[in-house]
Amino acid sequence: METKAFQKVYTKITQITKATCSLNAEGVGYGELASVSGRLAQVVKIEGENITLQVFGGTEGVPTNAEVVFYGRPPTIKVGEELSGRFFNAFGEPIDGGPEVEGEEREIGGPSVNPVRRKQPSELIATGIAGIDLNNTLVTGQKIPFFADPDQPYNQVMAMVALRAKADKIILAGMGLTNDDYLYYKNVFDNAGALDRIISFVNTTEGPPVERLLVPDMALAAAEYFAVDKNQSVLVLLTDMTLYADALSIVSNRMDQIPSKDSMPGSLYSDLARIYEKAVQFPDGGSITIVAVTTLSGGDITHAIPDNTGYITEGQLFLRHDTDIGKVIVDPFRSLSRLKQLVIGKKTREDHPQVMNAAVRLNADAVNARTKLENGFDLTEYDERTLGFAKEYSRELLAIDVNIDVDSMLDTGWKLFAKYFNKPEVGIREEMIEKYWPKEEE
Amino acid sequence: MKEKELTKGKVTTIIANLVVVEAEGPVSQNEICYVDRAGVKLMAEVIKVYGKQAFIQVFEETRGVKVGSEVEFSGGMLEVTLGPGVLSRNYDGLQHDLDKMKGVFLQSGDYTAPLDYEKEWDFKPLASEGDKVSAGDWLGEVTENTMPHRIMVPFKFTGSYKVKSVVKEGKYKVNDTVAVLLDSKEREVPVTMMQKWPVKVPITNYTEKPRPFKLLETGIRTIDTLNPMVEGGTGFIPGPFGSGKTVLQHAISKEAEADIVVIAACGERANEVVEIFVEFPELEDPRTGRKLMERTTIIANTSNMPVAAREASVYTAMTIAEYYRAMGLKVLLLADSTSRWAQALREMSNRMEELPGPDAYPMDLPAIISNFYSRAGYVYLKNGETGSITFIGTVSPAGGNLKEPVTESTKKTARCFYALSQQRADSKRYPAIDPIDSYSKYIEYPELQDYLNNNISEDWVDKVMEIKNYLIRGKEAAEQINILGDDGVPVDYHITFWKSEVIDFVVLQQDAFDEIDKSCPMNRQKYMLDKVLDIYHTDFKFESFEEVNPYFKKIINEFKQMNFSGFESDEFKRHEKELEKIVKERKVEKEEAVEEKE
Repeated sequence: METKAFQKVYTKITQITKATCSLNAEGVGYGELASVSGRLAQVVKIEGENITLQVFGGTEGVPTNAEVVFYGRPPTIKVGEELSGRFFNAFGEPIDGGPEVEGEEREIGGPSVNPVRRKQPSELIATGIAGIDLNNTLVTGQKIPFFADPDQPYNQVMAMVALRAKADKIILAGMGLTNDDYLYYKNVFDNAGALDRIISFVNTTEGPPVERLLVPDMALAAAEYFAVDKNQSVLVLLTDMTLYADALSIVSNRMDQIPSKDSMPGSLYSDLARIYEKAVQFPDGGSITIVAVTTLSGGDITHAIPDNTGYITEGQLFLRHDTDIGKVIVDPFRSLSRLKQLVIGKKTREDHPQVMNAAVRLNADAVNARTKLENGFDLTEYDERTLGFAKEYSRELLAIDVNIDVDSMLDTGWKLFAKYFNKPEVGIREEMIEKYWPKEEE
Repeated sequence: MKEKELTKGKVTTIIANLVVVEAEGPVSQNEICYVDRAGVKLMAEVIKVYGKQAFIQVFEETRGVKVGSEVEFSGGMLEVTLGPGVLSRNYDGLQHDLDKMKGVFLQSGDYTAPLDYEKEWDFKPLASEGDKVSAGDWLGEVTENTMPHRIMVPFKFTGSYKVKSVVKEGKYKVNDTVAVLLDSKEREVPVTMMQKWPVKVPITNYTEKPRPFKLLETGIRTIDTLNPMVEGGTGFIPGPFGSGKTVLQHAISKEAEADIVVIAACGERANEVVEIFVEFPELEDPRTGRKLMERTTIIANTSNMPVAAREASVYTAMTIAEYYRAMGLKVLLLADSTSRWAQALREMSNRMEELPGPDAYPMDLPAIISNFYSRAGYVYLKNGETGSITFIGTVSPAGGNLKEPVTESTKKTARCFYALSQQRADSKRYPAIDPIDSYSKYIEYPELQDYLNNNISEDWVDKVMEIKNYLIRGKEAAEQINILGDDGVPVDYHITFWKSEVIDFVVLQQDAFDEIDKSCPMNRQKYMLDKVLDIYHTDFKFESFEEVNPYFKKIINEFKQMNFSGFESDEFKRHEKELEKIVKERKVEKEEAVEEKE
């Protein structure tokens, strides 16, 4: 961002820490942007004349006589149709070699939606992944994270969700992506020829961590433009929110705030909620849906980050490596979509809720059978059948490489029921059985 | 009240929503003030005064506020406006009407009026000329959504007054003078239908606050039968995410036997509030046949709305509840979740650099929580009528660990504890209230015991205790079976376990989404409890443990069908007959048992 004429330039920095610097200045507004030696910074504290700036690019090499200029406005993004297909950094600057985007300049991190103006989410988002569509259906206006260990292929799953989801725009917010993962996303999007509906804001691990704090706000401001101004359905992918929260704790630490649980700032819940609650179904048809990734350490969901996230989001998805079939599946037991009730059996076929529950229940029987087996007990004939069912259920439905529509998922469910069980064992309402139980082949 | 010169000041320091103001005159603790941000006035509250410096928490984003920004103090604390028309409204945490706000997004400084000043109400006088009155006494009445809404002597009036005149029956607006009172010095004081009251101060215009003694029916068996809530009682529901806190609170708000329901959606998901917005205007009040929304007021401060207003929102809700209690009504107040409120306190305490207590919460957290809970209660009003506020809050313990400051502080003050168990939630045993960890202190109150025994059946309390005991025995049997294996224990253990499973499936579990089962009236609860006890007291004959499980599953199935059928309907009776038949299959007749012994 260039300096405008007649702007006052300050050159006396009084204090520098790793992420912040302070100086004396007048007439500065809270939350305003500034540049420190050309690096973008934001006002985070004002005490009389003493202004504290959070320097997004880090303060390495910043001298006490650095040139500081205040912009007189909070961080903004230029929005317009031209955003489509582009890659930007945390400041909204192109990183794909393309030209600057021309468009209306909007503040990021804007106000929240009046709750009485929200619509109840009611549209299904199909991903083709049965572990999601069948068991944990996503709904427009929902916010849901993958709780995944770092070694799990969550970025691949996210990319897959992005490409298959029937959304008008997909916005990727990458926080602390490794360069390899960034290139992976770029290649996948390029090869799929879907670039025209994808927009990416990326902070890689090569960039300074504090910079990440801008990424979700940038992505969501762009999302609001498409959802509100254009009435489009927008899917926002946030990866990885754990690294975002880590950046929050770095800043709060530098500002001498007292940490609460797991060294996280006391405001973590509000900070995360501010982002996730941007997911909304607007009255005029537009919507913002958020699918995020929260990486866990050793599967611990009681850590402050996943714990606070769980209280905010509408469910969570877990990935698991199924050794029986040697593939990654969406865990049917621990995953939950709180909003699925709004669409299953209503926007999808009537038998959806029943098939979903019956399959999960039979799968639970299989887990019991496996425990018996491991403990050296004999299996009943029913146990054997549940094990056979579970294996095929995993392979044909839960595996993340499955890509079919919801009706086919339901048909597959019925096919497996009929193959392994008799009608009473499945325990589905009579009329559904009549209608959907596969007819015996003559 | 005298016109006084209002203090002004200028901003000197800004740290997120904590702002320090150099005040040019007197300021008081908790005084409301407005910060001028380029023409937009942002509401704020004084939370600390240090010399001439007033520390204020701004109820909005402070982005764009500058050093030197003008601040105007209001001379009063945060107040709510009370009068006819509070019901059926959706307010934010500071009682601004959300429906009146413009646009899809909340704009800072868009402060809308809490009441409709143009609407006319049919006023009926209750007091007459010459009556001696004091604060809280009823002067007249209007009908608000079929509910009698008493127009009272404003709570701020101190001392006693004489009624000079009350207007005749007719149509009036909230701002019209409906009565003129004379104070002790014979000065005339006009009274309208509207009054204001500071939210942090309890309304105490009652003569006595006895120990609660009346059952508050919620229609939820595991609460009403096992751990009853009382009119004017307090309770809390802690539970990890996904254990069904909000579903349970919604169920209570729909089915509980209250005249007025105030819901404080405090720092939770916006889509959950939307669910109330969508459902309540459609759902029928099971008791009046009118829409639920007509007796409900919602205070919505969702998690993305300004944090400081979140703290205020629970007080706003409590004050509205106290206002309706003063009219002699039964009020149910629900707050979801009090942990978010405590976190708002923590954020502020942190910015003020106070020395932190456990988990960085402010040191006085337990005191703040218990003060708040103590505002609930059953009261006798001065005219002999009664009113009550029953308060149930949810707690969202970090990591599902109940040994954290908010849960512990609440446990010290709330008298009912409805622990939601992850294990029950995982096995889809809803409501997931743990029958053994949960408690209601009220069932130990002799007052309530008398009430229950007189109103339900004479040995009710004994039966409840018996059931609780059986649940513990069942749990012990289950543990033994798990340790020693199915065939390592006598068959009796299996029978004890499965009998307790009957209690679990029939009494504890309830389908909140089933038309009939979602609410169970007390006479039905009594009937079912007796039936279940009959089963428990019956001796059954089994050859081996393998027969126990399928047999009791059959019993449970018939019971469940009974729960799903209309009480005493043909279907209900059919399943009851079926149940009797199943019981006969294995029942050991008493004589038979005696003969065997001989």
